[in-house]
Amino acid sequence: MLWRNTWRKFVNYFMFSMTGLCALVTVGVLFFILGYLVWNGGSSLSWAFLTHLPTPVGESGGGMANAIVGSGKLLLLASAFGIPIGFLGGVYLAEFGGRAFPFVVRYTADLLNGVPSIVMGIFAWTIVVLPMKHFSTFAGGLALGVMMIPIAVRSTEEALRTVPLVLREGALALGASKWKTIATVVVPAARKGIVTGIILDIARVSGETAPLLFTAFSNRFWSPGWNQPTASLPVMVYTYAISPYDDWHKQAWAAGLVLLTLVLVANVAAKLSVSGRSAH
Amino acid sequence: MAADDVKLRVSGLDFYYGPKQTLFGVNLQILTNRITALIGPSGCGKSTFLRTLNRMYETVPHARAEGEVLFDNEDLLAMDPVALRRRVGMVFQRPNPFPKSIFDNIAYGLRVNGSHGGAALKEKVEKSLRRAALWDEVKDQLHKSAYALSGGQQQRLCIARALAVDPEVLLLDEPCSALDPIATAKIEELLYSLQDQCTLIIVTHNMQQAARVADFTGFFLLGKLIEYNKTEIIFKTPAKKETEDYITGRFG
Amino acid sequence: MAGIPVPRGRAAANRRAPAFIQGLRSGDTFAHLFTLLCAASILLVTAALVQQLYVNSTGAVHKFGFRFLTGRTWDPVSGDFGALPFVYGTLITSALALLVAVPLGVGAAIFLSELAPPRISNAMTFVIELLAAIPSVIYGLLGIFILVPFLRQYGEPFLKRTLGFLPLFRGPMYGVGMLAGGLVLAIMVVPFIISLSREVLLAVPVEQREAALGLGATKWESTWQVVVPYARIGIMASIFLALARALGETMAVTMVIGNDPRISASLFAPGYSIAAVIANEFAEATGDLYLQALIELGLVLFALTIVINGLARIAIIFTTQKGSGH
Repeated sequence: MLWRNTWRKFVNYFMFSMTGLCALVTVGVLFFILGYLVWNGGSSLSWAFLTHLPTPVGESGGGMANAIVGSGKLLLLASAFGIPIGFLGGVYLAEFGGRAFPFVVRYTADLLNGVPSIVMGIFAWTIVVLPMKHFSTFAGGLALGVMMIPIAVRSTEEALRTVPLVLREGALALGASKWKTIATVVVPAARKGIVTGIILDIARVSGETAPLLFTAFSNRFWSPGWNQPTASLPVMVYTYAISPYDDWHKQAWAAGLVLLTLVLVANVAAKLSVSGRSAH
Repeated sequence: MAADDVKLRVSGLDFYYGPKQTLFGVNLQILTNRITALIGPSGCGKSTFLRTLNRMYETVPHARAEGEVLFDNEDLLAMDPVALRRRVGMVFQRPNPFPKSIFDNIAYGLRVNGSHGGAALKEKVEKSLRRAALWDEVKDQLHKSAYALSGGQQQRLCIARALAVDPEVLLLDEPCSALDPIATAKIEELLYSLQDQCTLIIVTHNMQQAARVADFTGFFLLGKLIEYNKTEIIFKTPAKKETEDYITGRFG
Repeated sequence: MAGIPVPRGRAAANRRAPAFIQGLRSGDTFAHLFTLLCAASILLVTAALVQQLYVNSTGAVHKFGFRFLTGRTWDPVSGDFGALPFVYGTLITSALALLVAVPLGVGAAIFLSELAPPRISNAMTFVIELLAAIPSVIYGLLGIFILVPFLRQYGEPFLKRTLGFLPLFRGPMYGVGMLAGGLVLAIMVVPFIISLSREVLLAVPVEQREAALGLGATKWESTWQVVVPYARIGIMASIFLALARALGETMAVTMVIGNDPRISASLFAPGYSIAAVIANEFAEATGDLYLQALIELGLVLFALTIVINGLARIAIIFTTQKGSGH
């Protein structure tokens, strides 16, 4: 009996240590990734990197200014397309919907979220690139924008649902119509959650590479307007990383650092602002 | 309008949540500029009844009211609900100020109904806060968040907010249940003072409150209005046995 | 007070008509419709997606039929497209990823929900959820420059020395290959398993644990024999979601898998995944059949992930509704 109990105690101690190890390993990986990127990318990050264009293949030096601007344009386009539609869709689900239709929409949104981003790229390709017969910023923006919609819908809906019913009733009782109640009381009350959701949404698509590979494609120069292929930060990281040039590898690290910093800062800021919010 | 006129005439009101009926043939007449209290044990339907008077139940799917409710001889159940709610205001059980400043809370009803700000708006806000006996306490902090106020002050804020649109009828759903005795006393005083400008209907769990404050009292039980009369009569010489049992604490 | 005739039926119906007009006047009807359209856009997009994938791949579908999934050669020059190497690569790397990620993830989730004090648990979960936000291409970057050389110099030789009798660990060791692909995927899907499993474990009622402990079980026994089985459906769902994620992952895999459409028993061998071949070849594909074959691959990937995600989501709905795995 005593032996058996000792064994059980040992198993208890051992198994929980193992689980702790698993947790530590996972957490450690993040710090490892961060550390390595800062180590390798930091040394290649320079003002020239941020402001110059790429140099011809094989030559050293140059930067990724066009990729940074290109990513900015793509995100702008994607947000202009995806956020309003996603936001209003979320308003519908939280404020108007019945039972069956919202359920179907929610379920489909979650499924759409799980579709590999490269398939979204194919979709944007068939809709824009195929008829236009060339790559363009517009196609890339559309691919990313479509990816933003389901996320925006769900996060807006969830934020609106946290607003207590009595607040809505208070506004209705004063003679406000339903849409006025939503616009002037419910949405402002939920604005932190909504903005957080949007920031996370943008951060999520900012790192997407696959859908851009054959929509916005790439560009070694500036890409004026919306109709031409454009360089973007994630695609540059990819292209440079798989190239045979050491100098490009360094630039890939730098670009990766910039990208990761933006994504992580957005995520950390968004998550902290939500968790620090006090309930009224 | 003379004090003995009927403001709201309710005839044969039934209420259903889906297939379940929760109000049965309620008949009563609310007199203008009087305070009417509705009492009864939990779940007896008094809050449900109150909420039919400003059609607040319409936010709940499958809820419906049948019968006739006349508001100054207009069909209340057929009116535009938005227009109705400008004339029939409501104060809720728990204070529910908007996450805005004190000023913006009071101004909300006015703005939503078309007011454009400026001096006229400021005047109205001040007037409402005075009517709610809150002006002196907040006049220097109108732009602070409403949540900075205490519970009692927040409830008076909600009353001021409801008063700002000059409703003819004010519905109060257990307005003091979340407040301490001192805050409660202040609000009861306030209700007295509002009487000649407004018809007040108050649902309360607290029989002493009804006895203190109301001119008329209605006793609800299991969805039926058992008895309705002058408060004095209800509390001293009730006609029905159920009323007497409730008043004397034999049940509920 | 009694005896007044009561309008019913028709009066009620007469009230509905003005309600509609009232809605129009206050703008509510318009708001309702407009937001409904935006919500419906999700359904529209999904339908359009399926339609476009289907329409733009019919040529290849008709030409190859079922042979598409079983053919081993992928030759754009001669127009012969068989997807088996990609399906194989996708499945192997995903299976390997789950093999590593599931014990790691469930283990970490158990620690975070049962053992760690709330503040530490929340802090660690915060960090782990950040891992899920890291873009795929960054994982690929680290994969190419850290994981691959490590595998080539230390990892793979070690495995060959110890487990080389298995066909899994034979052949030349390049560093890139299915092993690298599987490991990168493992790290990428672990946060999903941890996040969701931790939530379902935390949701197991305290009474369950107390019942086991009250009978004299150790904490581990209570956890492993009562709590985890109670939450098993949710944990399974998290694994499914992780699988769907792994199947569709593109950039990180492309960068370390070696991009060689061959089928080999060894994990050291370079391979190819569905997503990787699309990423590599789509932009420069010429000829309708080539493109259609690639799009058909996209359709296969889409179908796989939708089915697996669909099942996982249904399982999640069941667990949150019933609150248990029963």
